[in-house]
Amino acid sequence: MADIHKLAQMFKELDDQLVGCMRCGMCQAVCPIFKLSGKETDVTRGKLALLDGLASEMLTDPEGVNEKLNRCLLCGTCQANCPSGVSVMDIFLKARAIMTGYFGLSPAKKAIFRGLLKNPKLFNALTEMGAKFQGVFTKKVDDMLGSSCARFNAPVIGDRHFKTLASKPFRKIVPELDTPAGSSGLRVAFYVGCVFDKIYPQVAEAILKVLKHHGVGVFMPAGQACCGIPALSSGDTDTFDSLVGINVDQFRKGEFDYLVTGCASCTSTIKELWPHMYKGDTSRTYDIGVMARKTMDISQFLVDILKVEPKELTGGQSVTYHDPCHLKNSMGITAQPRAIIKAAGCDLKEMTDAGTCCGCGGSFNIAHYELSKEIGSRKADNIIASKAKVAATSCPACMLQITDMLSQKGADMSVKHVIELYADSL
Amino acid sequence: MTKEAIIKEFENIAGAENVMTGETDRHAYSYDAAVLDSVMPALVVRPQTSEALGAITKLCNDNGLPLTVRGAGTNLSGGTIPHPGGVVVLTNGLNRILEINEEDMYAVVEPGVVTAQFAAEVAKRGLFYPPDPGSQAVSTLGGNVAENAGGLRGLKYGVTKDYVMGMDFWDVNGELVKSGSRTVKCVTGYNLAGLMVASEGTLGVFDKIILKLVPPAQAAKSMMAVFPSMKAASETVASIIANKIVPATLEMMDNFTIRTVENFRGAGLPIDAAALLLIEVDGHPAQVEDEAAVVERICKENGATELKVAKDAAERDAVWQARRDALPALAKLKPTCVLEDATVPRSKIPAMIEALEEIAKKLDLTIGTFGHAGDGNLHPTILTDKRDKAEWERVEKGIDMIFDKALSMGGTLSGEHGIGLAKSKYMAQETSKATLAYARRMKSVLDPKGILNPDKIIGAE
Repeated sequence: MADIHKLAQMFKELDDQLVGCMRCGMCQAVCPIFKLSGKETDVTRGKLALLDGLASEMLTDPEGVNEKLNRCLLCGTCQANCPSGVSVMDIFLKARAIMTGYFGLSPAKKAIFRGLLKNPKLFNALTEMGAKFQGVFTKKVDDMLGSSCARFNAPVIGDRHFKTLASKPFRKIVPELDTPAGSSGLRVAFYVGCVFDKIYPQVAEAILKVLKHHGVGVFMPAGQACCGIPALSSGDTDTFDSLVGINVDQFRKGEFDYLVTGCASCTSTIKELWPHMYKGDTSRTYDIGVMARKTMDISQFLVDILKVEPKELTGGQSVTYHDPCHLKNSMGITAQPRAIIKAAGCDLKEMTDAGTCCGCGGSFNIAHYELSKEIGSRKADNIIASKAKVAATSCPACMLQITDMLSQKGADMSVKHVIELYADSL
Repeated sequence: MTKEAIIKEFENIAGAENVMTGETDRHAYSYDAAVLDSVMPALVVRPQTSEALGAITKLCNDNGLPLTVRGAGTNLSGGTIPHPGGVVVLTNGLNRILEINEEDMYAVVEPGVVTAQFAAEVAKRGLFYPPDPGSQAVSTLGGNVAENAGGLRGLKYGVTKDYVMGMDFWDVNGELVKSGSRTVKCVTGYNLAGLMVASEGTLGVFDKIILKLVPPAQAAKSMMAVFPSMKAASETVASIIANKIVPATLEMMDNFTIRTVENFRGAGLPIDAAALLLIEVDGHPAQVEDEAAVVERICKENGATELKVAKDAAERDAVWQARRDALPALAKLKPTCVLEDATVPRSKIPAMIEALEEIAKKLDLTIGTFGHAGDGNLHPTILTDKRDKAEWERVEKGIDMIFDKALSMGGTLSGEHGIGLAKSKYMAQETSKATLAYARRMKSVLDPKGILNPDKIIGAE
């Protein structure tokens, strides 16, 4: 472990960004964690002050600061609403990397990121095995939501109602694809993402169906790896760099006009974090930049590029939409997924606080389940109050969280990706 | 008592989960929004009940512990920066709206209620709470009263003090003092509630506040007028008032601010304009129509080169978006943003603007000016980087010069941000030595040990 003075020097590198916070405190109005706890250390202004305190060697407890730093969903709502435009997400990700460099990665994270994520084949093989045996440990709770819970007391599962692994992952259904442009004259690369592959293959299938319907050619290379956001959020920049490398090497083999994903987190990671945070082999830098520029959320592609338009209401099912943070806060995408819901002929019923985080926050959900659950429970209440039959969103992580929360409340509704609704209407 | 015993006492009163003594927690309550050095408190406590608040006040006094009450910590003059080794008392556990009385048009609240949430609750009942400080989305009513916060509607609707009907507060001995009432008229005893307004936590600890509510205006009309000079814009302001029209809001932006906002939002503001006035009249629909027509005429007579009247809610929102963008847009230019609020009589606005331009030129500073032209409360905003020592010295000099100018024009040090630590050294200059001595004498009797937010307003003796 390096000494604290050295740590302070590392945080000093963030000084130019930290100094931009004028301590106005407006982030208190929007932070989901602060809303629950009311503690200054939970809101961005407080966290930035703590980092500043470490950098200026006013503080002597980096472990305490690290603990506070991790009580954050990285939802980006504060950054989207910051009057002085502080690059909060950038600061937090860099700070987490510095902290991980100082304290080291926890053994569990080391095993998952460096053992599994970095080795897509091993990751895939293990999850496939898991899919076969999961019935031994879990039981179904809600057929509509497709959720399960633990059969007996399992420490990681706790009282979660979770989605089980798909019996057949997407890459077994469609291993790879390379089709020419059709009537649209366009060809897209399709980045699947881990959760669709392993838990929601039907969403990935829906995306392919929609692209085919619109005459769009697809380049989908085999051997895709995780986008790297879980590793980066935990400050593991080495694993992040390896994952970006694996993906870029697969995708640079093909020609395509756009790169689409159905996952809000993957989209914003490829678009914003790959070019900015990748510190690996510089021979990939150019391709990373090109891929980032071409990357789009699937609804954004359908509406902005293919000009898919909302339909007149045809008495379709009622749907409410939850804005994933990584679409709304990171990329300002809120209109396109709603347009797709209407294009599917559904009746869009807005919920209260549609743009408020669902509380998942990736591995935040694992480390801080009680907080995550409390935030998610409010989201579920708002969803139920909308009286819609379907809760739709654009991110599989949100889908998992919302499913857990609705299932625990025994809600009589299903959770879907907007693209599933649209694919069903074709 | 030993330190451990005192901490134990705080825990007994407020519950262990509401007492924070760790380094990281204390550091997070060592600052507010003022550009001042942070000061670490020894302990932070978050009472959940009125009784706990009183007991904490008494405990601090018994042990001579400096006590600083903190709402959202948005203070711009250092009023919520604690005393070294002192206690920070958070009010966000006391955030209940106790009553909204529609018949008698008042509300009773705890000090930690967030301003905008309160205004929204009041609006749901068809009533109106006008004070709208810039930080209203997070600021607390207790903080608003302690600072006598203003906002955009000051000209017509007044400021926080105009809405305080009464208050219960704790004295340093932990005894509850009651003042004012739920009635429009009340002359029972000293106006102690009035004394608490703008006292910045130096005279008592607020327990409950009775606030006046009013019926909302039925209609409103907004417009934006473009002027070739600040002088023409200020004369328009004077002329509107001289014609017996009191707009709900009457805001001004200088050329630097206009350009910065346009660069930020790209909403099509006229970047060559020397000044913009943003005006809203409200009231009965017929009155609004009449007044809007007169305002339009006055703007044109005073040389407005362009006048846009908002036709619908979207256009009205666009007008006010420009004003809301002013501070964020300026703040993004440089790392440090010093937001001042020296205020002058309305008629002195052109002279004040000229003085600000001179100061900026003389000291080589970047100053953007916008603000509440209708009530003379300007916000000269100095953009700098506090790490640049040479420039920071010029900034401090500039602030001194701004205050000198404002006072020489019969103005005041602070329209709405408070005195706190930042401006206490100028107090005698605006008032008098005798005034300061009177205030200190009063404080020494009400707070003999000097525990209530020491050094704020009246400085250290």
